[in-house]
Amino acid sequence: MSNDPDLLYSDVEEELRASVRSLLADRCGWDRVLARVESDEVTDLALWRSLADLGVAGLAIPEEAGGAGATLRESAVVAEELGRAVAPLPFLGSAVLATGTLLALDGRADSPLGEALASLASGERTATLLIPLATAPDAGFPEGVRVEEGRLSGRVGGVVDASTADLLVVPAAGSEGPALYLVEAGEATVTTVVSLDLTRPLADVELAGASGRLLATGEQAESAVRRGLVTGAALLAAEQLGCAEWALSTTVEYLKTRHQFGRPLGSFQALKHRLADLWVSISQARAVVRNAASAVASDDPEAPLAAALAQAFVSGVAVTAAEEAVQLHGGIGFTWEHPAHLYLKRAKSCSIALGTADRHRLTIARLVDLPAAR
Amino acid sequence: MTTAPTGGVPDAAALRARVADFVAAHDPATTDPIEFLAARFDAGLAWVHFPEGLGGLGAPRALQAVVDEEFARLGAAPSGREALVIGLGMAAPTILAFGTPEQQERFLKPLYTGEEIWCQLFSEPGAGSDLAALGTRAVRDGDTWVVNGQKVWTSLAHRARWAILVTRTDPDVPKHRGMTYFVCDMTAPGVEVRPLRQITGEAEFNEVYLTDVRIPDSHRLGEVGDGWRVAQTTLMNERVSIGGGAEPREGGLIGLVAGIWRDRPELRTPGLHDALLRLWVEAEAARLTKERLRQQLAVGQPGPEGSAAKLSFARLNQEISGLELELLGGEGLTYDDWTFRRPDGVDLAKRVPGFHYLRSKGNSIEGGTSEILRNIIAERVLGLPGEIRVDKDVAWKDLPK
Ligand SMILES: Cc1cc2nc3c(=O)[nH]c(=O)nc-3n(C[C@H](O)[C@H](O)[C@H](O)COP(=O)(O)OP(=O)(O)OC[C@H]3O[C@@H](n4cnc5c(N)ncnc54)[C@H](O)[C@@H]3O)c2cc1C
Repeated sequence: MSNDPDLLYSDVEEELRASVRSLLADRCGWDRVLARVESDEVTDLALWRSLADLGVAGLAIPEEAGGAGATLRESAVVAEELGRAVAPLPFLGSAVLATGTLLALDGRADSPLGEALASLASGERTATLLIPLATAPDAGFPEGVRVEEGRLSGRVGGVVDASTADLLVVPAAGSEGPALYLVEAGEATVTTVVSLDLTRPLADVELAGASGRLLATGEQAESAVRRGLVTGAALLAAEQLGCAEWALSTTVEYLKTRHQFGRPLGSFQALKHRLADLWVSISQARAVVRNAASAVASDDPEAPLAAALAQAFVSGVAVTAAEEAVQLHGGIGFTWEHPAHLYLKRAKSCSIALGTADRHRLTIARLVDLPAAR
Repeated sequence: MTTAPTGGVPDAAALRARVADFVAAHDPATTDPIEFLAARFDAGLAWVHFPEGLGGLGAPRALQAVVDEEFARLGAAPSGREALVIGLGMAAPTILAFGTPEQQERFLKPLYTGEEIWCQLFSEPGAGSDLAALGTRAVRDGDTWVVNGQKVWTSLAHRARWAILVTRTDPDVPKHRGMTYFVCDMTAPGVEVRPLRQITGEAEFNEVYLTDVRIPDSHRLGEVGDGWRVAQTTLMNERVSIGGGAEPREGGLIGLVAGIWRDRPELRTPGLHDALLRLWVEAEAARLTKERLRQQLAVGQPGPEGSAAKLSFARLNQEISGLELELLGGEGLTYDDWTFRRPDGVDLAKRVPGFHYLRSKGNSIEGGTSEILRNIIAERVLGLPGEIRVDKDVAWKDLPK
């Protein structure tokens, strides 16, 4: 893809990983996550603010705009850790999709854009991009919201992290073509829906003549949304990688200790081979995910391809890993009281979010000139 | 095992006529459903392959489908029998094979009519795939047995009147030899049932604690120490009953997904089309295989072939429900209800695609995991050598726990 992408983790990235992991280990163990998902507050905003103190909310936001001045590669490392912990945090909606879209625009620090970025970076506020979570990056400019005389109206279903968002980044279509607005969440009616992924709240959002601040129009608005979605696809794959790693390592540990037939289950070759195959897939997933993170971090022209490749490959790996975790834990893996189901639901939902693998294969077909049979 | 009724074993045509006569004499619209089923039992039309007097006619097992079809055609198929899966699919054939005449007389009819629900107290925390490792102890005390232990993943225990129960009666012999099989009264003192919640949010299954539960020796099924052999009969039948029911083309989950495909052109892509067609072909192959198996089974107990049906049933359900979510895209990201509750049974058609996906994960675990079924096919059908066993000739009490 790009010239020699760096597919390794830097020392700085590993340090960031370690600090995020230890904070999550303290504050986001799976038993706490499980308790949260049935409460009124699924999303842990207090934890989000603590992570923001580590710079996690604004990693890719320049320092002069209030961010950490790192890159999307670091964001991808954080995504891996959040996936590993099935953390109920507004990372995808706020730090990836909304921020990724906003960062594609130019703006001064004292503009609405600058203020928004600063408040997102500090963790003081969160945002989301007003699109159905299942939207693929090349789906075309969203048509769900219309502008008329500067007022925004429309209904968008299945929006990630909308229930807790303070700000909505709203792609809107009007008589003058595509536009991008910033809308206070208070202007919208947000209805939570029951989400398959217990740890990732979705909501239906309705705007009825809402006012907003215009950020961009035309080609600029379109390309910003596309950038946000491509960034999302790349970073979501990192999260899926983290999920898959949890599933593999937890299953390996379990099969080392669980005995049946007078021996550890992990000593049965049929199971060893399956876990070995999974390890091979996850190693490949890691390379593909690093490649995508590097491409979006450097705004490589091949970023759309790298992100589509990551989604097309890693979605399946993460789902398989989580399915194997359930199956190889036997009856206990089928219970609510064991964390495997949280990962199964996360992995399966991620495989639909931002386009299915099938959808991303079509994107690849277009980008690398492998047209369909006629 | 079967006694032919006077006049010989009826054929399909004769059975159809009998069903028609029966329905004419017992109007399903006005007869109480339990009375209707009791009369059907008495007429030998409950399970025609059972002997006369026990709900059957000593006819070939394959003819049961003819009888069921005929009742359905006449609008007299029994309904709401989800809670009877264990009774009908597992307890009944085991009681038929190993029960005393008194036991058969006592248990089979209310089991069939649905007046008494059954559950299966087999699995334990330390004994799942390795069922023969189980440690629930039964100790003889005169004419009764005193049972202590813990069972787990017990579907329907909260509604059951009776359980089929496997226990350890002799810890001093190797594990397969020291087991004994009982019918356990779920209302007896010392039986405690606690719900266990599943990944779907609800609780079909339970933990069951048995503390000094007294079971009369007259409720023992099979010989003392012969529990493993009795349990094998139950398990072979369980696999057929989970994966082996007769069904029409597109009868299972594939029909639901095919319906979505036909109704919703906007969801179609070439890749999903290919995936759907592949699964359609496999589902149809699996359906015909089950149908062929059903035709092969004249009378007698299902063999290891039933394992193959259950294996493909589980895999197909999982793949089809996974595809269903992908096909639906954004709608696939939602669920209906996570609230903890006690369902009556599993009716996939009434639930959302997310439930199909999650519930079908249990299909490759319940009733023998897919891995264990592959071992059964490899060893008992193909005759491949078994794993080198470290636990076969050791007294149960000396096994590592
Ligand atoms: C929905 C549901 C309903 C159930 N209902 C009942 C019920 O009503 N009554 C009842 O008694 N039980 C019931 N069970 C329990 C079920 O029978 C057990 O869960 C099952 O036998 C597996 O046992 P286990 O959970 O201890 O897993 P384990 O035996 O610990 O197995 C863990 C994993 O290792 C694999 N494995 C084990 N041995 C081998 C081997 N030799 N080679 C390769 N792989 C191996 C297994 O396939 C599995 O993937 C139910 C289970 C489920 C999920």
